[in-house]
Amino acid sequence: MEIGLGAYLGLAMVLFGIGASGFLMRRNALIQLMSIEVMLNAVNIVFVAVNRFHPADHVGQIFSFFVIAIAAAEAAVGLALVIALFRIKKTVESDNADTLRH
Amino acid sequence: MTTAGFVLFAISSVIAFFSAIATVGARVPLRAALFLMVHIISLAGLYLTLSAHMLAAVQLLVYAGAVVVLFVFVIMLIGPASETKPTMKNMGIRLVSLIGMILFTVTLAFALVSHAADWVAIETSFGTVEAVGHELYLNTLVPFEVVSATLTVAIVGAVAIARKATEFEVGEAKAARQATIDALEEARQEAA
Repeated sequence: MEIGLGAYLGLAMVLFGIGASGFLMRRNALIQLMSIEVMLNAVNIVFVAVNRFHPADHVGQIFSFFVIAIAAAEAAVGLALVIALFRIKKTVESDNADTLRH
Repeated sequence: MTTAGFVLFAISSVIAFFSAIATVGARVPLRAALFLMVHIISLAGLYLTLSAHMLAAVQLLVYAGAVVVLFVFVIMLIGPASETKPTMKNMGIRLVSLIGMILFTVTLAFALVSHAADWVAIETSFGTVEAVGHELYLNTLVPFEVVSATLTVAIVGAVAIARKATEFEVGEAKAARQATIDALEEARQEAA
């Protein structure tokens, strides 16, 4: 069987689904952040794969380069928020982040 | 696609699939972080099958080298409390959203997997540091600079959120609170 663009797109979609399911099902804020990283990586596969099949320029690769940079910033801020939550509530369960609830 | 490319794709995609499941399913966050690193390395292998050499290197440097280490640092900082017990809270809505997500994923995956395109012949420079750097600095210089500013702002913000308030700041906040209370008390006495 010849591997084509469809195989990459299907794989990326499945990985995105795994990440999204993890984000919805888990209640540990650290693991939810890791699920977000899995989802962002799945999107990167699509950018790079489509770029390979339209190789006139490198727009897809440049775009996933930016996605990687923004994902790093997101991880830094998200982990800082987890530390702040842990300092207030002594737990990393995201259900406990309800201080602003009235 | 060459046979070597096919073998690399098969190995990388299988490892990526199972390590993604292990990442989101792990009980212990440290194990999840290590599976995330396996996942990221297998994705670098997938980028190699797509002739994106520079991006595979960036993936290893930024993700395996920086993001995963950041996760491990935070897990170490939080300690045993980073592991949470499985909870049945809101289980109904969580299961419904899981089923919805699975249906969405399966539908789109089946729709996308039949998508065919030719392996267009590429120049030998495709995906190298030189070609991508050329594109980056000639066509997308402004977004590139904006991203670097965004990263700086995000890191400063992360430090501001995560650090403890210093003694000076705590004292200042207390003094401001006391001043407000005094002013209110004074106003009440004047009214009375």
